Amino acid sequence: METNPNDMSCKELVELVTDYLEGALSPADQRRFELHIGKCDWCKLYIDQIRLTIKAAGKLTEESVEPRAKEELLATFRGWKNS
Amino acid sequence: MPTQWTGEVGPQPRTNPSPLAFRATAEELELVTALRRRDESAFSRLVNAHHPSLVRVARMYVGNSEAVAEEVVQETWLGVLKGLDRFEGRCSLKTWIFQILVNRAKTRGEREGRMIPFSAMFDSESDIGEPAVDPSQFNENDPEWPGGWVTQPRNWGNSTPEESLLSREFRALVQAAIDTLPPNQKEVITLRDVQGWTSDEVCNILGVSETNQRVLLHRARSKVRQAIDQYFAAK
Repeated sequence: METNPNDMSCKELVELVTDYLEGALSPADQRRFELHIGKCDWCKLYIDQIRLTIKAAGKLTEESVEPRAKEELLATFRGWKNS
Repeated sequence: MPTQWTGEVGPQPRTNPSPLAFRATAEELELVTALRRRDESAFSRLVNAHHPSLVRVARMYVGNSEAVAEEVVQETWLGVLKGLDRFEGRCSLKTWIFQILVNRAKTRGEREGRMIPFSAMFDSESDIGEPAVDPSQFNENDPEWPGGWVTQPRNWGNSTPEESLLSREFRALVQAAIDTLPPNQKEVITLRDVQGWTSDEVCNILGVSETNQRVLLHRARSKVRQAIDQYFAAK
């Protein structure tokens, strides 16, 4: 039987996006997923939002080490160096 | 498999096996050589690169106690320095350092009775029923597309040129959204999407299954997406 794109609803798709992006869908689900986005521009927009979310998280500056903690560690280093 | 649409949202190509499986990189080996020479600037660079993630991971093992986590990380760094001569480069330096951390954190967590069983910490069951998108956004009764969108999702692309992702206001919003996540979701999205760890690295170092890791990541990304969407809605 030919798979029907309506077979996967938009509501179901949004819960599978991460599995899809991680390459973790079963081949059958991946096919249903791709058939759906082949026909559904709105879900494509949603996936774009998720991709942008991932990108935005990647732009966050990593925390820096607190100066006090850093000083303590450098003191540890000097202690080790001279041991 | 041909699909009609050829946008660029396909699954990420399966990347190489985890860096955990790899030996130390040339850069790491150089760093180790410098450390063995007692080069303080090399140590300083290593601390800058890994200290925040070490504290983050330690917290997960010692029950979110900041003071204990900091102590465990201090001990870890000393362990790294003392163990340098034993480092053979068979795994990456990063993996080696985090293995030292995890061993210490586990011992410490057990001693203090603070060890949170991972089955509880990573109980993905408790996340079930928390939909990625508000169910009112879907029309269950649409005869043609049951469960389809009621209205078109916002096209962020129109309102977000690449550089606006870097604006202070926008980054503060994303950080705030991450900070309000439940701890397990927050750690996973931070390690994966902020720090850029692979899923294998996260699973190995946190000791979670791939499935649990994906569930946590999914919940986390979905909520951060919602926060960003609300921000654009208000604009």
